[in-house]
Amino acid sequence: MSEITPDVVRHLAGLSRIALTDDEITKITGELGAIVDSVAKVNEVATPDVPATSHPIPLTNVFRPDVPGETLTTEQALAGAPEHDGSRFKVSAILGEEQ
Amino acid sequence: MAKAELMDFDKALELFEPVLGFEVHVELNTKTKMFSDAPNYFGGEPNTNITPLDLGLPGSLPVVNEQAIKYSISLGLALGCSIAESSRFARKNYYYPDTPKNYQISQFDEPIAYDGNVEVELADGRKFQISIERAHMEEDAGKLTHVGGATGRIQGADYSLVDYNRAGVPLVEIVTNMIFGAEKDAPELAKAYVSAIRDIVVSLGISDAKMERGNLRCDANISLSPRGSGKLGTRTETKNVNSLRSVERAIRYEIQRQAAILAKGGTIQQETRHWHEDTGVTSAGRPKSDADDYRYFPEPDLLPVVPGAELIEQLRLALPEAPAIRRRRLKESWGFTDLEFQDVLNSGLLVELEETVAAGASAQSARKWWTGEIARLANVAGVDAASLVTPIHVSELIALVEAGDLTDRLARQVLEGVIAGEGAPHEVVESRGLKVVSDDGALIAAIDTALAAQPDVLAKIRDGKVQAAGAVIGAVMKAMRGSADAARVRELVLERAQAPEAE
Amino acid sequence: MTLIHLSAADLSAKLTSGEVSSVEATQAHLDRIAAVDGDIHAFLHINADALETAAEVDRKRAAGEPLGELAGVPIAIKDVLCTIGMPSTAGSKILEGWIPPYDATVVSRLRAANLIPLGKTNMDEFAMGSSTEHSAYGPTHNPWDLDRIPGGSGGGSAAAVAAFEAPIALGSDTGGSIRQPAAVTGSVGVKPTYGSVSRYGAIALASSLDQVGPVSRTVLDSALVHDIIGGHDPRDSTSLKDAWPSFAAAARAGAKAESLKGLRIGVVKELDAPGFQSGVTQRFHEALAMMADAGAEIIEVSAPNFEYAVAAYYLILPAEASSNLARFDSVRFGLRVNPEGGGTVEDVMSATRGAGFGPEVKRRIILGTYALSAGYYDEYYGSAQKVRTLIQRDFDAAFAQVDVLVSPSAPTTAFKLGEKLEDPLAMYLNDITTIPANLAGIPGMGLPIGLAPEDGLPVGIQIMAPARADERLYTLGATLERLLEEKWGHTLLSQAPNLTPTEMFAATEGAV
Repeated sequence: MSEITPDVVRHLAGLSRIALTDDEITKITGELGAIVDSVAKVNEVATPDVPATSHPIPLTNVFRPDVPGETLTTEQALAGAPEHDGSRFKVSAILGEEQ
Repeated sequence: MAKAELMDFDKALELFEPVLGFEVHVELNTKTKMFSDAPNYFGGEPNTNITPLDLGLPGSLPVVNEQAIKYSISLGLALGCSIAESSRFARKNYYYPDTPKNYQISQFDEPIAYDGNVEVELADGRKFQISIERAHMEEDAGKLTHVGGATGRIQGADYSLVDYNRAGVPLVEIVTNMIFGAEKDAPELAKAYVSAIRDIVVSLGISDAKMERGNLRCDANISLSPRGSGKLGTRTETKNVNSLRSVERAIRYEIQRQAAILAKGGTIQQETRHWHEDTGVTSAGRPKSDADDYRYFPEPDLLPVVPGAELIEQLRLALPEAPAIRRRRLKESWGFTDLEFQDVLNSGLLVELEETVAAGASAQSARKWWTGEIARLANVAGVDAASLVTPIHVSELIALVEAGDLTDRLARQVLEGVIAGEGAPHEVVESRGLKVVSDDGALIAAIDTALAAQPDVLAKIRDGKVQAAGAVIGAVMKAMRGSADAARVRELVLERAQAPEAE
Repeated sequence: MTLIHLSAADLSAKLTSGEVSSVEATQAHLDRIAAVDGDIHAFLHINADALETAAEVDRKRAAGEPLGELAGVPIAIKDVLCTIGMPSTAGSKILEGWIPPYDATVVSRLRAANLIPLGKTNMDEFAMGSSTEHSAYGPTHNPWDLDRIPGGSGGGSAAAVAAFEAPIALGSDTGGSIRQPAAVTGSVGVKPTYGSVSRYGAIALASSLDQVGPVSRTVLDSALVHDIIGGHDPRDSTSLKDAWPSFAAAARAGAKAESLKGLRIGVVKELDAPGFQSGVTQRFHEALAMMADAGAEIIEVSAPNFEYAVAAYYLILPAEASSNLARFDSVRFGLRVNPEGGGTVEDVMSATRGAGFGPEVKRRIILGTYALSAGYYDEYYGSAQKVRTLIQRDFDAAFAQVDVLVSPSAPTTAFKLGEKLEDPLAMYLNDITTIPANLAGIPGMGLPIGLAPEDGLPVGIQIMAPARADERLYTLGATLERLLEEKWGHTLLSQAPNLTPTEMFAATEGAV
């Protein structure tokens, strides 16, 4: 029995910065509930003795030397920007504090 | 912003036990960033120092800087930490315009270093062991400029501008365990700890550690435990503590602020607060609505770091001497008394002194200037002495004084010029015309003028009343705008006074 | 046989001999695109510089410069890959018109090998889907039946080669996005061993599952492309440093093989399921019988944890994707939507993502955020990563008994457009046979084995090999391809319906 409620979906939408309409919230709540119920079966076999795998092919110590490479020009950097002042990206007022 | 009520510090300490904790971020001075090969340097035109990764462009991928790993391990060793056998990166997910991917690559459950210890000495000689929980690697964010508000801060701003030059610069975050027992020395301890970290990273050569440039940042955590309750209080985290001076003041302030609230029966909000150096207060940050759900998970684009015993040993052998040993060595080689040395430590100027001496000055001159005039100016300006002037410049200044090119008084003027950004000491001397006039000709001319203007003084000197010379000396010094050596002027005045009348 | 019906290898032979110029070959394909892409809609963008690039290669050839085998051959590129000068949208509105300042590594390698990028192909938005119906730019239609899906997420690349609009293409595969479209369009596609082809410049969906791979009409063509794009890339930390054998050599050897004697072929019990479409199962078993006749030993193996593969996948993918897609926030690139009355940057981010992402993407981001959130990590994402370990163990055990594993590459033939749109869970089950290989990181190939009797639509087989043993796919794939084509007397795709040129204004350069 999944705990996906409209409030949960609203909270998740907030966490992931997606504005959802009420219709979308209703729809996603239903769909997500069904999906979560279905995927929860992973717990049947994911016992404590089984280690987790984050990388399919094990590698370690992948580094690069501390040598400068090519950078983008400011034009290239700003080329895709929705709004900029010629040297920096422009955004509207920020609500939250830096982490 | 209504001014918060503060309890008297001593009273606060009577009622409450302060518990401290620090997160210090050290910017490493590697040649390139942590995960991208953009150059790592301070300043530069906005958005000139970036690769696709530093903008979080779709398809870009991180690759770990080998040197940053070595620096981080060295730092861990210098902090007395154990180095992880296997260490991995994790994504810390949050949205903020200065964070190009809207996640920071950091470390979560397998930091590179853990369980260390830093010894800190207080002014009264008391030694403190600060227990280090962990040191981990992560990347810095870009820089935001808030436009349109009254104070240049977020609140009230119309819009913000983002520069990603700093995004991706390597950071090591050093986290302490909770610190008990500092008691009334809490503010001093805070400053001494951060200063000690500064000393360590500078002696390792892994960071420029200029707090005013953000090379070293401190987040200060403090909670108050009601005495006898055995219960820990709620802590606040104070950010924007950009100097050693701020560290001390912010801790003191928070103790006083929290005590006032608690004494009235109020509760402390667990929140992040912002220190304002200009007004000397902390203000509340926005309440965190997401709570701290960073949804950490192992970074799939990066592989585990397995340093290996050989590398760790190699780095351990290459460590500079331990901080306590270094301090002892410096004190001895400089020939300072306990008091003199403690003075330097208290001011957090050990690094500055060392570098000034390395640049050629004598230790005592260096101490005199740094803990004297420079510290005074710093206090007036409300900043750290280290941020005002460089050791190289101070050493140059001292050399000019010792060569007789500057009197102390002139040197103070030159210092002001250097601080004001007019250039190196010799440049300021040049542009302001502050050199000691050692040309007797110029002096004699000024002396003759002064003597002629005060014929009664001249007569008195001739009469043997040498003290009368003072008035003339004063007049000459004024005319020379202090650029004359007073002793020489006196000599010459007396000489001239006795000389036969010029034809 | 016209130019567009040639395989890349055959076209390359004509280019080398001088019989045909690259400009002619490229023009022929551009003409084909103009004729049929109005109906197929495989392409989102046609390369304005294609003919110029082709002319340059012709010039190099005339000057006697040494050129690789596929030099001068046109290739279509899935829009998930960053290409300088061409928009790279990943099938999403949020990246509409975005032109990257850099090439994906695989694209650089294609350019260095003098292939001719024809254009960018359609896909499910951010590669989330199995039908290309989730593209923000409209679906692609299966050349075998325009009312049916071409598979997904790489339906555009598969349809392009199946419709003879390009001889070869690049795709990406996270849970089957190359292999499943290959199955339903009668084409060939390969998901390489994880880490063997660079992900640098491939717009990320699920970082631990994504791989870029070749799409073609023949096994040899895929091998030739794979040889060009594979190999270590220092810009991708997960890139393997291994030296790889020539896959084209493996394919050529396979095509000549007299028998499959001694080859142990494992059939995964759990992927030979009763729930599959009967025609799919029938053709699959016929292929098994054919390989047995040619000397192979067919061995049934069990992979009991495969039952949990789809569930694990639909936790790992959304979790990683929710993080990978966080960068689409209106600040540095892509769409910006200002809410009515303005707002804070947080409002702009939310409005942008609300407007710029389609429903499937939103669904998966929300799901992924849930799977990672405080209190749920262990139960969902953490557990899924454990299932991954179990699936790797199942593969290890199976490969201890056999050299390769086979299964159908999709449970059904191409279903009708719109048929599964309302049921996400049903849609997810299309990947049931392909997902395990992505979770384990092992390579897999999809190639056609016939048409289902009940609907005359293509059926594909999936071949899987141990990690790093990609050449086994090409050896067996080429052998099986030859055996089947000898049996049929023709290629499968030669049986695809003739597409009549559309009267509508077809895709030209720059049109979307």
